[in-house]
Amino acid sequence: MMEEVDVEPAVTNIPAANAGKHLGFAWGPGDILVYETLYKSAGAKGPCSSAIHEVRKDEDIYSPILRKLFNESHHIFVGLQTIREDLPSKNKKSQFVSISKNYRSVIRACMEELQQAAVSTKDSEVATQYGNQVSILLAIELIWNLCEVLFIDVAHAGVLLLQLLDWVRLHKADVDEKASEVLQSESPAEHRNYWDVVVSYVLQGRLEEARQMLIKQATLQPAARNMYKLMDSLLSKMPFYTPGGIQTLTEFEVKWRHWHDEVDRCLQDNSFASNQHLEFICKILVGDEDTLLAHKDLLGTWYHFLVTRLLFCHPTVKPTELHYYAQSCMTMFLDSRSVPEPLDNILLAAFEFDIHQVIKDCSIALNNWWFVAHLTDLLDHCHLLQSHNLHFGSNLREFLLLEYASGLFTHNSLWQLAVDYFDHCPEFGRVYLELQIERVPLDTEHKALKVLRICEKRQMSEQVRSICKIMAMRALRNNRLGSALSWSIRAKDAAFATLISERFLQDYCARGTFSDLDLIDNLGPAMLLSDRLTFLGKYREFHKLYGENRFREAAKLLLSLMTAKIAPRSFWMTLLTDALPLLEQKEVIFSADQTHELMFCLEELTSSLSNTGPGTDRTMQEEDIETTKVELLRLALARNLAMAIVKEGTVES
Amino acid sequence: MESINAKYVSQKISKTRWRPVSHSSLQQPDIFATGSWDNEENKVSFWSILNNGGSEVEDGFEGDPHLLCEQRHDGDVMDLQFLDQDRIVTASSTGAVTIFRHHQNTQTVSVSQQWVRAHRYPCDNAPCTGVVCSSPEIVTVGEDGRIIVFRADQEGVIRVIENADSSTIHAVTYLRTTEILTVNSIGQLKLWDFRQQNNSPSQILSLSGDRVPLHCVDRHPNQQHVVATGGQDGMLCVWDVRQGNTPFSLMEAHTAEMWEVHFHPTNPDHLFTCSEDGSLLHWETSSHVDMPSFLQGGRNSSMMSHSAVLPPGGNQSLVSAWLSGDSTKGRLETTHMLPSQTLPVNSLDVLGQCLVCGTDGEAVFVNRQVSV
Repeated sequence: MMEEVDVEPAVTNIPAANAGKHLGFAWGPGDILVYETLYKSAGAKGPCSSAIHEVRKDEDIYSPILRKLFNESHHIFVGLQTIREDLPSKNKKSQFVSISKNYRSVIRACMEELQQAAVSTKDSEVATQYGNQVSILLAIELIWNLCEVLFIDVAHAGVLLLQLLDWVRLHKADVDEKASEVLQSESPAEHRNYWDVVVSYVLQGRLEEARQMLIKQATLQPAARNMYKLMDSLLSKMPFYTPGGIQTLTEFEVKWRHWHDEVDRCLQDNSFASNQHLEFICKILVGDEDTLLAHKDLLGTWYHFLVTRLLFCHPTVKPTELHYYAQSCMTMFLDSRSVPEPLDNILLAAFEFDIHQVIKDCSIALNNWWFVAHLTDLLDHCHLLQSHNLHFGSNLREFLLLEYASGLFTHNSLWQLAVDYFDHCPEFGRVYLELQIERVPLDTEHKALKVLRICEKRQMSEQVRSICKIMAMRALRNNRLGSALSWSIRAKDAAFATLISERFLQDYCARGTFSDLDLIDNLGPAMLLSDRLTFLGKYREFHKLYGENRFREAAKLLLSLMTAKIAPRSFWMTLLTDALPLLEQKEVIFSADQTHELMFCLEELTSSLSNTGPGTDRTMQEEDIETTKVELLRLALARNLAMAIVKEGTVES
Repeated sequence: MESINAKYVSQKISKTRWRPVSHSSLQQPDIFATGSWDNEENKVSFWSILNNGGSEVEDGFEGDPHLLCEQRHDGDVMDLQFLDQDRIVTASSTGAVTIFRHHQNTQTVSVSQQWVRAHRYPCDNAPCTGVVCSSPEIVTVGEDGRIIVFRADQEGVIRVIENADSSTIHAVTYLRTTEILTVNSIGQLKLWDFRQQNNSPSQILSLSGDRVPLHCVDRHPNQQHVVATGGQDGMLCVWDVRQGNTPFSLMEAHTAEMWEVHFHPTNPDHLFTCSEDGSLLHWETSSHVDMPSFLQGGRNSSMMSHSAVLPPGGNQSLVSAWLSGDSTKGRLETTHMLPSQTLPVNSLDVLGQCLVCGTDGEAVFVNRQVSV
């Protein structure tokens, strides 16, 4: 059964693809590769384009300024994951709130930088792009802040309104700009924006500032002094709930009711009838809906209207009642013609405490996963998402984090951040990491070491092997046998170590000297990784002993290489040839027993050679050399045996 | 930790270096250079931490570094050194060695000289991994196991030691004017004397048996036989190149690769290390040896020393604190210099009271009040 889509998917046109052509595609973690296929429909003719197009879903990770957001929030994210589960919930709550505030301050910093960049750039297209990003971040911060108030801080009746006021004040900061413009003018009270500022202050509940402004007008109108005095006293008397104070909510409610009645009385007896502005303010104070709606331009948004209405009508609103007021305010504020924007619906869903709807709508409306992934993670830590199960993946938090991290992984440089996100996805994080990490392009050993460290820290032995193998292969291709061997030792890759040891031995046979002595001499315990490597190390040791004229030890080692079957059969002839100069020494080096063993080795070798038959592709000349060698060896061995028997039979005098 | 300043720079930083200050003045450094890595387009950048007279400092944070100028860099910046006040030398993952000139009057950077594919394989590029310079001489090392000597005033190559190492050379430093030290990926420290014409090291020192790759090396500024190295296991090794072929002492420092180690240039009782594990350590040892060395045995297990013998004839007061082996007496103190962070610290540099470091978290940290 197909799932119903929530919104129509956006259409992306591939600019270079001709109409009527068939396109093939391949999914990537964060993008899609699109190419023209050879499929010939009846109509379409002409050559097929050989281009491959990369379609990216998320452009934001390529913005240098937004990269700071990703990097800084990564740090906060990791900090959040390490908050201990066993903390008392009260401490935890304050930590969650402070983490939420950290996230928001990072968003704000990023927004400010984007704003500056938008102003300073000369390219209008870039400026528009920055402007768009700013407005997206603004919306993100607005939603995040509301979620913080409602879900994380869980403000109760009384406090709730105060926090919503803060929320509105923070996001409707143009009042302050206007106010400073008015105050800096020659005669503020006569400025054309004067009353707008006063009313805006009142609408945001900034009554102290409204009073300061009103004083300026009062001094200009001595005749209306009493009226201004009355307004000033009404404003100053308006009660605000003080959280943590001795006052109970009921006491506050009684007090507020008294004040409200007093304002209402003033309105009834036309105290402000002679001043249209003051009368307006008075009507706002009693919460007259029509008056509020008449100031739509100053309110700007329906949620400002909501908060102002709550302030003057229902200051002790409970969280559970919010959705009712929110819905009605939105309906009242928006014209019947205009359709609510995605942002309106998201905020409404938040007021309705429908967290999943908020996350879902944000996922659809925003072009990046950053916001939903981090918010969901935080809400999940507050244990707000447990009831919900997805019928795919593991849970909502992990699903979103994986999406976000996969996006990061497609980026050249940001992939490193993604690792920590995968780490904190208990169910599928590891699988994702395993699949992605193998695909990181390794340009330098330095980068390979970093990737390896990530894998080794997580005991991802399969990936460690694969990375080391890639590096070893590359080194081998570049004829860097030493490096290649080091990589295969690190991967404990015996087969590859054997292969490289083989190459070393071939080189030795061809050139008569060892390359990379600094490495081979320092193999240490790593020598035991593969038989061939052991042989290589030991064989080099033989040369070293020989070079130091420690003939007896050298001879013993050489013999043991064959008798203990460490040396490959193909190499025996070389070893026996190496024994020749030792056999030719004046002094007897090989004892009679040892010589017997050598002879046995030679016979075993020659019989196995003759068994393979003459059908091999060796030339006559090679055959001759081989025969001569064997003859020489037999002679030398026989002579040595004789000498050894004589020597061993002689009693030292 | 309070006085440390973080600046996010939108690129992973592989190297940070202070511009040298003249020896005569007691001036603090004010300009540093950074190199980035792993980006689609990498850069070398110059930053200033001064904010007087600069109206371009908008953030208002005192000492917040601000960008002076930057220039594209082909490939990852693998290493970066100041040649003099105006020029830096970079090592690139493409194998190129480049000299950039910083024009301070116009605040621009330009390429003043480049040796393309200085390090290479027969049919591929080989990353250049390290560079060290003593103007006008420049020495570079690479994954190709070559050591190359250039002169800033000459186009050609002065000297090449082919196959100087069978594995990758990770870092290089001067021991004396004619001698250099290299560290490689199989735990060896090699000493090269340029006065000798043969192409083999005059001395090889190594960690016993473990073959732990070494990633960085620095020489004590006053006592040239004292050398510190850091390796893949995060251990700090102090070597006395005059004696023995094994390190004098091994100290557990980090839990992952140590990328850089630096003695403080004027106060070498202080040493700084940074690591893939995301930490930056400040090591401090006391140079005032008030106890004869023979009474200072008995190291504890975490500080393994291979040799308890002091250099013969060494005057007590001249014995380096790093070789006096007093680590167990609590005289070797280490301090974490960064607030908790998880992403690798790739590079650090310290000069005067100023320290700068760069991370894979795309941040540059500056501390202007290092207590040395």
